[in-house]
Parts: sequence; C-alpha cells; structure tokens
Amino acid sequence: MIQVHDLYKQFGKNVVLKGINLDIKQGEVVVIIGPSGSGKSTLLRCLNLIEMPTSGDIIFQGQSILDKKTNINKVREQIGMVFQQFNLFPHMTVLDNITFAPRKLLKISKEEAYQLAVNLLKKINLENKIDAYPNSLSGGQKQRIAIVRALAMNPKVMLFDEPTSALDPEMVGEVLAVMKQLALEGMTMVVVTHEMGFAREVGSRVLFMDEGLILEEGTPQEIFANPKHPRTREFLGKVL
Amino acid sequence: MPNLQRSRRVENAKSSLIIIALVTLILIILSQMNFAFVGRYKHFYLQGTINTIVLAFFAVIFGVLLGVIISLMRISQSQVLKIVSASYVEFIRGTPLLVQLYIIYYGLPMIGIRFFDIRLPIIGTIPGDFIAGIVTLSINSAAYVSEIIRAGIQAVDKGQMEASRSLGLTYATSMRYVIFPQALKNILPALGNEFIVVIKESSIVSVIGIADLMYKADTVRTNTFQPFEPLIFAALIYFVLTFGLSKLLGLIEKRMKKSDSSS
Repeated sequence: MIQVHDLYKQFGKNVVLKGINLDIKQGEVVVIIGPSGSGKSTLLRCLNLIEMPTSGDIIFQGQSILDKKTNINKVREQIGMVFQQFNLFPHMTVLDNITFAPRKLLKISKEEAYQLAVNLLKKINLENKIDAYPNSLSGGQKQRIAIVRALAMNPKVMLFDEPTSALDPEMVGEVLAVMKQLALEGMTMVVVTHEMGFAREVGSRVLFMDEGLILEEGTPQEIFANPKHPRTREFLGKVL
Repeated sequence: MPNLQRSRRVENAKSSLIIIALVTLILIILSQMNFAFVGRYKHFYLQGTINTIVLAFFAVIFGVLLGVIISLMRISQSQVLKIVSASYVEFIRGTPLLVQLYIIYYGLPMIGIRFFDIRLPIIGTIPGDFIAGIVTLSINSAAYVSEIIRAGIQAVDKGQMEASRSLGLTYATSMRYVIFPQALKNILPALGNEFIVVIKESSIVSVIGIADLMYKADTVRTNTFQPFEPLIFAALIYFVLTFGLSKLLGLIEKRMKKSDSSS
C-alpha cells in the first residue's frame, strides 16, 4: 500500500533519515520504535508530506506522492494522522472538529455529517460530548476524538505519531484501546510509539530505528524475544 | 500584617492627595481660561470631528485590507513576495508620516498621479486632497497592521495547520477556517490600539489643508486670537474619541473572552 524507496531527509546540515526502505501492506500494523532523535517521527511525517523529504520516493497505492502531478490533498484525504499534541481545533465544537473536513471535501450534508459524528463518537463512548469544546475535555478524550476526526474522512491508512506520549498515565489505556479496536477492524496503521506493550500485542511488524536508519525489523516475537542487532538489544534492555 | 495594612492606607491617602492637588490645579488653570468661543464655533468643531472620523474610518478600513494582503505576502513561500512586503513594512516604519504625506500629496501629482474628488452616496463628495490624506494614512497604517496580523498568525500553534492539512484540506481553506479564527483573538486587541493611533495621527493631515479637527481648531485659534483654549477643546474631543473607542474595544474583548471560557 505504501512503499518507501531510499528516503533521505535533511534539516540544514543535520541528516535525520539516511536511506529508508519500507513496504507497508494492506491491513498491517507497523510499529516503529527507537530512541528519541532516531528519525521515527520524521519518517512518519514524510509519509503524508507534512515533512518534505530531501530525496527518495514514496509510493502510495501505486502512485508517487512526490510526483508534481500528484494532488497531495487528494492523497492526504486517504491517509489519516493522529498527533502527539492532539491538535484538535480549539475554536470548534467536537461535532465541527469531526465533520469540518468531510463537509468541505466530501460535500456531505449537515444531517449526514451529524449522523457520521454520532456514529463515530459512539465507537469511543463520547457521544455526550458532541457539543463540547476541546478545552473542556481530558487529554485521553481529546486524543480519542482526534482519532475519530481522522477516521471521519474514511482513510485507507492511519498514521499515529506518539499518540500517548502527551497523556497522563491513567489515560494511556483508553487511547490504546481505541487503537487496538481499529487494528482488529483491519485498518492499516503505522504507529510511532514508546508503548512496548502495544507494539508486542497489536503490531504485526515492528521496526527498530536508530540514527536515521531501520536497523532491524520483524514480528514482535522476533524483535522482543530475540533481537539480533546489538543496538536493538541495548535499547530494549533500557525500556523493558 | 497590621503594619502592611497601615502602609497601604498611607499609600492610598498619599495618592488621593496627589489626585486632589492635580484636579485643583487643573480647575484653577481652566478657571483662568475662556471657553466662550465654543458656542460660536461649535459647527467648526463638529465639522472637524466628522471629517476626522471619516478620515480615520477609511484609513482603518483600507489600512486593514492592505495590511492583510501584505501580511499574507510576508508569510507566503515566495521569496519575492516576502522581500517586497518586508521592504514595504521597513520603509514605512522607518520614515516619518509627515514625509510620507508630502511625498504622496506633493510628489505623486508631479509624476502624473492626481487625486480627484469622489462622489459617494450618503457621505457626499470627498475632495481630492482628502483622498490623498486617506491614501497616506492607509499606506502608513497597513505596515503596522500587517505586522500585527503576521504576529497573530504566527502565534497560532503549528500543529493546527499540520492537522488541517493532514485531513486533505488546502492551505487556503486551512488558513481561513482554522488559523484565522484563532489568530483573530491575538490580533483584535492590538488592532484596536492601531485604530486609536490612526485617529490621533490623522491630525497631521491638517498641514496639507484637510479640514479635520486639528485644522478647524487652528482656524478657531486665528479667528479668536486665543492661542490656547481652542487647542485644549480639540484635545478634549480627541480624547473622548480615543477613550470611547478604547472602552468599546475593551468591552468587545471581554465578550470574546467570555465566549471563549464557556467553551
């Protein structure tokens, strides 16, 4: 579904990604782990061109998204993204947060939009918050709503950029539960996270990144039980 | 604690004394003055005030419109637009308003750009030199407004634009519906200050003979041979205008904050 070929990203003199090759298949849950500064968030942000790669290519459904002829907005409609800082729109109600993009881009009616929001909110048990503003919600509630906001566009892939890193510990569970549910429904997901439990339980493939390279990849069993690369072993020794 | 209270009471008494002294002083000075001219010249002041308000009103409208365009150029990706807008802002902020007024009023006609009278419904005819005044004040104010808007937009968290773009929305749509409404909360208070500045600065157009409040006050001065009082009265009107506006803006701001906190 997404192929990444020899991807480089440079910020000034600082080379963050040093040749990434990756093939993400439909229905896969790819979990990217690694120390901070290893380039995992940058890689994720390159997949929908929120960050512009310096060189290399990214193919989404057979089409290069770096091609000048590709309408990146159309591509982004199909790639949902969830951020560490939630990034809900504070001046809009939960309803408007969820339905703003579908109404603008999919041209659905007000009634359809409302129904869509209700259905999505039911999935996360927050239908009573439909008229609330983000500032009145807890971090966990915000992130769950950010997830369904991305789902409202009916994307084919979901990108998660450390979705639980800004949460209080007791709220991490509720967000991971929503993500797990999503994975069970067959959503293709790319998740950057420090939640090793989630990686082990939900991931279909785990990538270990360090200093701009994918050092090791494999099933959760392979990576967690039997890491081959010394850096992977060292990292897992510190976090587990 | 009682010590602290006592010192605060002493402070209060001191400041009250100073205020009373100041008011008395002002009353003594005013009692020495003669404001009898106001009755005879009230139409001068009324006409001048109306002209000042019309001038400031149009200057603010065009200043904001132009300011928005310049701020958008300033935050755009194009290096050319960035340099053009930055030079504009730096040039306008780095030269005196009076010089700008002279360049536009005396300079532009010399290269063939003239200001004609404009007839408008309701307001009536706006004379050509009045237009020159509006143009100068707008161009001047736009530089400051654009900086206010730019700062307001850049103060909105970067994640907001990223979230909006990640949903597939275009840059323009994201700007309009996501960034601008949030930037407005940062922009409005500073913009209110700019309106007040425009009202005060507009007095400078009196030097090219536009019959604003300052010009009329000068006329009254020469007619009555009173050097001081007509100016005091004009200052009072300016103050009422700016103070009233500032209170009004404060009220609007408060209401906006209220709607924000209920959210």
